Amino acid sequence: MAETAPVLKVRGLTTTFETAQGRVTAVDNVDLDVFSGEVLGLVGESGSGKSVTLRSLIRLIHAPGRVTGTVEWEGRNLVDLPDPALRRVRGGEIAMIFQEPMTALNPILPIRVQIDENLRAHTTMDAAQRRKRMLELMDIVGIPAAARRLEEYPHQYSGGMRQRAMIAIALASSPRLLLADEPTTALDVTIQDQILNLILDLREEFSMSVVLVTHDLGVVASTCDRVAVMYAGRIVETTSVHDIFARPHHAYTRGLIGSVPRGGSERTMLMSIEGTPPSLAHMPRGCSFNPRCTFATDKCASSVPHLEHIEPEHTVACFHHEAVARAGVSQ
Amino acid sequence: MASLSFILRRILQMIPTILFILVVTFVLVRLLPGDPATVMLGDRGREADIARINAQLGLDKPLVVQFLYFIANVFSGNLGNSIALRVPVTTLLVERLPVTLLLTGMAAAIAVIFSVPLGFWAALRQNRASDTIIRGTFQVGLSMPVFYVGLLLLIFFGAHLHWFPIGGYGHGFGDHLYHLFLPAVTLALSLSAVLMRNLRSAILNVIDAEYVDFARSKGLRGYVILVRHVLRNAVISTVTLFGLQVGVLLGGAVITETVFAIPGAGRLMIDSIYGRDYPVIQGLTISLAIVVSLIFLATDLLQAWLDPRIMR
Repeated sequence: MAETAPVLKVRGLTTTFETAQGRVTAVDNVDLDVFSGEVLGLVGESGSGKSVTLRSLIRLIHAPGRVTGTVEWEGRNLVDLPDPALRRVRGGEIAMIFQEPMTALNPILPIRVQIDENLRAHTTMDAAQRRKRMLELMDIVGIPAAARRLEEYPHQYSGGMRQRAMIAIALASSPRLLLADEPTTALDVTIQDQILNLILDLREEFSMSVVLVTHDLGVVASTCDRVAVMYAGRIVETTSVHDIFARPHHAYTRGLIGSVPRGGSERTMLMSIEGTPPSLAHMPRGCSFNPRCTFATDKCASSVPHLEHIEPEHTVACFHHEAVARAGVSQ
Repeated sequence: MASLSFILRRILQMIPTILFILVVTFVLVRLLPGDPATVMLGDRGREADIARINAQLGLDKPLVVQFLYFIANVFSGNLGNSIALRVPVTTLLVERLPVTLLLTGMAAAIAVIFSVPLGFWAALRQNRASDTIIRGTFQVGLSMPVFYVGLLLLIFFGAHLHWFPIGGYGHGFGDHLYHLFLPAVTLALSLSAVLMRNLRSAILNVIDAEYVDFARSKGLRGYVILVRHVLRNAVISTVTLFGLQVGVLLGGAVITETVFAIPGAGRLMIDSIYGRDYPVIQGLTISLAIVVSLIFLATDLLQAWLDPRIMR
């Protein structure tokens, strides 16, 4: 995978918000590659900036927010793409699904209208073709009685069906990249699996890549190919899903992995990360994780570690990554 | 059909409302101090004459009997005769009510035409200069009493510039509209201030909603997002307010009709109250109340059409 060029190449992505307390940096100098056909997991605690990162990719940021850096997609930089061109990318080439379908679907429009407007925006199909495509989409995402359900409103759907409907809307114009913002967090556990499997199936069917934001390492293990770990607006480690669990090189990743109970092994104490993530308005100097880090030294409190390649497919932003790797994951 | 049964249910709900209105009207009119016979004859009236007139009008009978007569008459379309003008109340209503309805309708239309774009504009320019100016101007409009604004408009556009007549109702529909323009603007001013502010805050509530982000992530055009996703959701609450306010507007027409010397139901109402003209007061109250309930019905149906979640 390392030899092929990434389909989405993010460099120095930074999103800031001007607030009464001064400028807040929600996404800080993020580098990210998404390769063709892969599922990239973007993992971190709430407030780590993973959702803002995802939204920044297609400039879906509210008013005082400002996005800089480059998001290279098919030879264009989405960060400074003019609005009409960006509109063609949004929905047509890169689609997004959200955490809570109840609030992400418009409550007063039937599902048909919400799919149809996507098709109208990105295809040249006539009414009959769009109708056919809508029925087909409902079938693909597994919503039975499509003709009737198209006319229904979101409140008439169950939670799982609503998420399926949102996926049908997002995928209507066959995008090549799907941005999924915690798509299963609001669902029952049994439904979560169905939706994740659906996303994986659709990745094959549409031959698209997926960026999956989640805080759930179980979801990461079962669906992702590669993982990027975020902490306080920065990427601290990226590697394959296997290595992230087996050989974490960042103290934060190590803590995250250690805090998840695993079946099979004998009962041991779960590790937990002391303290809480920093507020974006009061970021510590140096490595933002240093106040909570057991490996931290004076250097960590004075300078920011940058992402470096320790292996072709493994990057980490930690001065002491060797010590962290040696310590391993307890259990 | 869920929608059909909703509409039926909503119409059936009007029956107890209207019965209640009949009872209240009947009781309220009888609670007014003074009686028609005394008013008609003045201070010179003798006891015997007063009793004779009261008997003629059926006012000497027990209240319950009077009420039953009243109900029976109302349902046979007979609202009695005006004591003062000596013509059937229904004739008066047919003559006067359309004037007030046209005035209110025009005011409502003018208010919508102004407040929807301005509310939108103010919301999109939140806290910038244009938002502050729009809101400030309407605040002034809202805090000025209707009769004062009416007089100002009359003096400036009527007496000074001669663009509009200073009163009356004119002949023919076009002329009616021309005569009613200034009074309608007067009435519309406070209504648009309320609507504009409500719509502005409703839009601000909706514009950050996740479904609006989802719509943006679909690559829709700006105006599609604003009209289909933002405006349609925002107006749901404004429609309710609009219905209530149009009801208030009918009451406000009384003052405006007086200022602009318009022969509408409001003027008739004031004259009848002074004259203790029971049948006319009753007839007017009932018909205005029915008009208001019809407006509320229309509001509810419009709201249900806008928001399918209501029709359950």
